[in-house]
Amino acid sequence: MKTMFAAFAFTIAVSFGAYFVLSEMGFSSAEVQSAPSVRLD
Amino acid sequence: MNLQVVGACLIALLTFAVTPAYSQDEGQRASTGGAQTLEDILARQKGLKVDESFRRDNLGNPENAQPISGNLGSLGGVSNSDIYRGIRYSETDVKVSNNGPAAEILVQDGGMEWLLTRQGGIQAYAGYGIGGIILALVIFYFARGRMTIDGGPSGQTIERFKAFERFGHWCLAGSFIMLACTGLLLLFGRSVIIPIFGHEANSAIATFSIWVHNNIAWVFMAALVAIFVMWVAHNIPNKLDLEWFAKGGGIVGHGHPSAKKFNGGQKLIFWMTIVLGASVSMSGLSLLFPFELPMFAKTFGIINSMTGMGLPTELLPHEEMQLAHLWHAIVAITMIIAIIAHIYIGSVGMEGAFDAMGNGQVDLEWARQHHDLWVEEEEAKGAPIRQAGDLR
Repeated sequence: MKTMFAAFAFTIAVSFGAYFVLSEMGFSSAEVQSAPSVRLD
Repeated sequence: MNLQVVGACLIALLTFAVTPAYSQDEGQRASTGGAQTLEDILARQKGLKVDESFRRDNLGNPENAQPISGNLGSLGGVSNSDIYRGIRYSETDVKVSNNGPAAEILVQDGGMEWLLTRQGGIQAYAGYGIGGIILALVIFYFARGRMTIDGGPSGQTIERFKAFERFGHWCLAGSFIMLACTGLLLLFGRSVIIPIFGHEANSAIATFSIWVHNNIAWVFMAALVAIFVMWVAHNIPNKLDLEWFAKGGGIVGHGHPSAKKFNGGQKLIFWMTIVLGASVSMSGLSLLFPFELPMFAKTFGIINSMTGMGLPTELLPHEEMQLAHLWHAIVAITMIIAIIAHIYIGSVGMEGAFDAMGNGQVDLEWARQHHDLWVEEEEAKGAPIRQAGDLR
């Protein structure tokens, strides 16, 4: 059962990691869908 | 004689049947000056296909423009109606300050078809499919009971799956369950959650669901690749699988059909997971990166060349996304239905089955009954046999 819980913890960690990596790379919907002239912050 | 009478009647009927179509195309159209007719409107209301070329191609002609000083001269030979028809059928060269080709499509009426399919057929498939498999399994459980180990457990165990195999399985399983739950919450948000819990609750649930869905998907895709690499060699179909299916996996008749590491049913689940998992991942990537990964027009072209079908090969960016969305849901629901059966047989449906993915150790007698050839291979390799409860 330890392996199962470790896999679930890994899944949650990778999900947060994916969110931050993709956001940092400029893959957020707002950045992808707006032109350079749009101020997002 | 009788045949002649019947033939004459048929010809007469066909003549009456064809006449309205002829008058719609030629006479009626002329009577409206080439514009829409009552027949067009009625046909559209009945959901029949209407030839839209009379509107699609009627976009004005700049060569017929009035002089700039004349009446309507500044329109350049294109009336407001002509411009609107151009926008309506995406024939006008639109300039926008937004990013991407999708922003240049101002009107896309295929969206209605997508919405109705999603709220109609897709929801019905999900509801009846998932509800049906759960009901069938409950009936099966009470009719057949739990599949037990003949003669009871032996008290000795053998390692069925190593830690890295179980880790890969649970990454795939955990991410899939979360993807399934959040996907269903998104699918049924408008029709179920809003009427019961209200808009605010649905907004919070949908925001949470799409975040989880978008980000946990990476684990699913990575684990799918890992599972394929780990187990593909054990899942090549062979003659044993036919015998396994002929005996219904042991349900038909007495005794247990022979199997190696994976039996016929497990191989079916494996290949279903790989093939449908790859398909749902592809459409999911298309949805994760909107308008960047269109794949349906090209796929339809390949299908057309192979089968001679007439699927559309020129799709608007929105149509690509709508098809990806529908296909994603259809494949995912099919997987959910199959995986519910997999979860049943791996937990409450069969005594001793969960241990294989729980701690990796299965009862030796269980293994001999369900995977006899695999046990022989493991024993020949000198695999350790432990006493039950000894997890050293």
